Amino acid sequence: MHFMYFTEQPMNAYPEDKVDERVSIGGGRSLGVTALMFSNKYFDPVEGSRLYNERLEEYRLVDEVGFDGIMLNEHHTAPFCMSPRIMIFASILAAMTERVKIVLLGYPLPITESPVHAAEELAIVDMISKGRLVSGLVRGGGVENIQANVNPLHNRDRFEEAHDLLIKTWTEPGPFRWEGRHYQFRVVNPWAVPLQKPHPRIFIPGISSRETVTWAAKHRYPYIGLNTNYETNRKIRALYAEGAREVGYEPGPENFGVLLQCHVAETEEKAYQNAQEFLWMAGEFTGLTHPVWGTPSGYSSPGNRDPLIQVAAGRRPGPKPPPLEQRLKDRTLLYGTPDQMIEQLKEVIQRNELGILCLWGNDGRVNHEDSKTCIRLMGQEVIPAVREFCDREGYNSPFDVDAPVSAAYN
Amino acid sequence: MTTPATTTPAVEREIEVLGRAMRLLEGGQGDPLLVLHRDNGHPGWGRFESLLAERFTVYLPSHPGFHGSDAAAWNWLESVRDVAGVYQDALSALGLASVRVVGHGFGGWLTAEMATLDHGRFDSLVLVNPMGILPTEGEIFDQFLVNSETYAKQMFSDPAVFEAVYGAEPPFEQLEAWETDREMSTRIAWRPYMYNRALPGLLAGVDAPALVVAGTEDAVVPNACARSFADALPNARLETLPAGHALDLERPAELAELCIGHLA
Repeated sequence: MHFMYFTEQPMNAYPEDKVDERVSIGGGRSLGVTALMFSNKYFDPVEGSRLYNERLEEYRLVDEVGFDGIMLNEHHTAPFCMSPRIMIFASILAAMTERVKIVLLGYPLPITESPVHAAEELAIVDMISKGRLVSGLVRGGGVENIQANVNPLHNRDRFEEAHDLLIKTWTEPGPFRWEGRHYQFRVVNPWAVPLQKPHPRIFIPGISSRETVTWAAKHRYPYIGLNTNYETNRKIRALYAEGAREVGYEPGPENFGVLLQCHVAETEEKAYQNAQEFLWMAGEFTGLTHPVWGTPSGYSSPGNRDPLIQVAAGRRPGPKPPPLEQRLKDRTLLYGTPDQMIEQLKEVIQRNELGILCLWGNDGRVNHEDSKTCIRLMGQEVIPAVREFCDREGYNSPFDVDAPVSAAYN
Repeated sequence: MTTPATTTPAVEREIEVLGRAMRLLEGGQGDPLLVLHRDNGHPGWGRFESLLAERFTVYLPSHPGFHGSDAAAWNWLESVRDVAGVYQDALSALGLASVRVVGHGFGGWLTAEMATLDHGRFDSLVLVNPMGILPTEGEIFDQFLVNSETYAKQMFSDPAVFEAVYGAEPPFEQLEAWETDREMSTRIAWRPYMYNRALPGLLAGVDAPALVVAGTEDAVVPNACARSFADALPNARLETLPAGHALDLERPAELAELCIGHLA
């Protein structure tokens, strides 16, 4: 099992009452639609500096207490995520940490103008970290496309082409020329290549898009369900297995992971109190946004077109993030003391046949001290016990079984 | 959804353009006149087209890739200038060696691009609230930050006219049509948004008599764009009407009168 720590790096020090359009989140509290258009005049860099440095201290602790990896992500123009450039924290962690894998979930390839620059940045992080990079790749959400002003209609095409160019850049000697549909380069010949051979592992995170699951399976890249429930994970596994068999392998736990909201504290009461902070942003983990921004025209699968038209026009409600009770029932949100967490995690791993687990420990307004306590208890008490269970039951990570990094190396 | 034809009815036609189908409405009698619709389609053969059809043979095509076309057949187009290239072939398919054109909004931009591609073919042009040039003042309203219904409403200075054309709550079929239009706009005009930096320079070679009409209440395209077109075209004059972006739907009679005065 590969245990990772994750936090969305919330910018929780913004004036919530300054947002015009509001969504009730119960308990007399409401949150504003903050993605994309909520003015950054409300961003306080003094608080920003404090929060960034608290995160670094927490990541250092993660490295010390027994996690296998730190998961990073990237989102833009909104307070729910303070990491708008994933390579900043990847670079810092490469130098600052000693043990953990640096797991990008992921690098938003299609919204960059140069996959060759991405190949260089990632190679440098891999070398500085002495081979600890896991270079997950994502398409980037609608808001990411809008803020980068990259045409959302070509997002999936660009993702696939950028991936092909990235892999070629990493694995074939330059110089070579690239004349693609979306990217053209006269000379590809970066003087920075990854330390890991044939190349760093790639994980593909997502919320279950059929195309992406199948694509990941055909490349033999592990698929990480982002806070997906058991029913969704079951469908993902079936779809993934179909794709895997087409290219001649049988997937196992090493091909599957999930991101779980999961807070541990000394007492159950404290854990419950902090777990409610996962409902920050109304539990919408890509921030509160408008459907038109979240899913611009041409971005989604053609099969989703009709419902999206209705949602965009306000004729029917968009998919609502489940409330706390539902999350607890679905086991997508866990809280408790270390002993309680050990049992819950075993159940989730067994039920979903996982080899990779991203533990989203802290979000919302959970303070620095409680965040550190959560990390320490997870690393020192929860992970050792759950790891023993996984080793015994065969819930192995791609690292445990030395799985091929892709179908090209079957 | 369609404004009933008043006097001059239209027939639906399909022509072959670059080996693909293009659909259009055709009506009236007289010299050929091409009418090019906005970036959210056209609501059918309306009063404006009928009035023009009293004097001209009016062709109202659905742009390649937009609603009313076989969108998938045109998904290889990358720019508004490419679409203008398709229309050169459409004119040949219609057997039109020379033609007059009225373009609304995005269709005005298309008209201008077409005119720069073949100086001899266009007898006379009318550009109504045209996009296509970066405004010197203000910004072209960004449809991609709002839903298609809001964008359509943005085109009217009088909400009652919007309701008369599309209904208080446009049906799903209309939303779907707008979505097709929007996808094609995304494809060909995402960035830079709704202008071509080279266009003012190219327009210097277009000496066809041009009328540029600006709706003084246009909340989609700043009037500065119309002024820039009038400045860049060597043989142009500028008129204004008190209406929004969808001038032909808000002021069909006044606009038709201006057009006929210029084109006849």
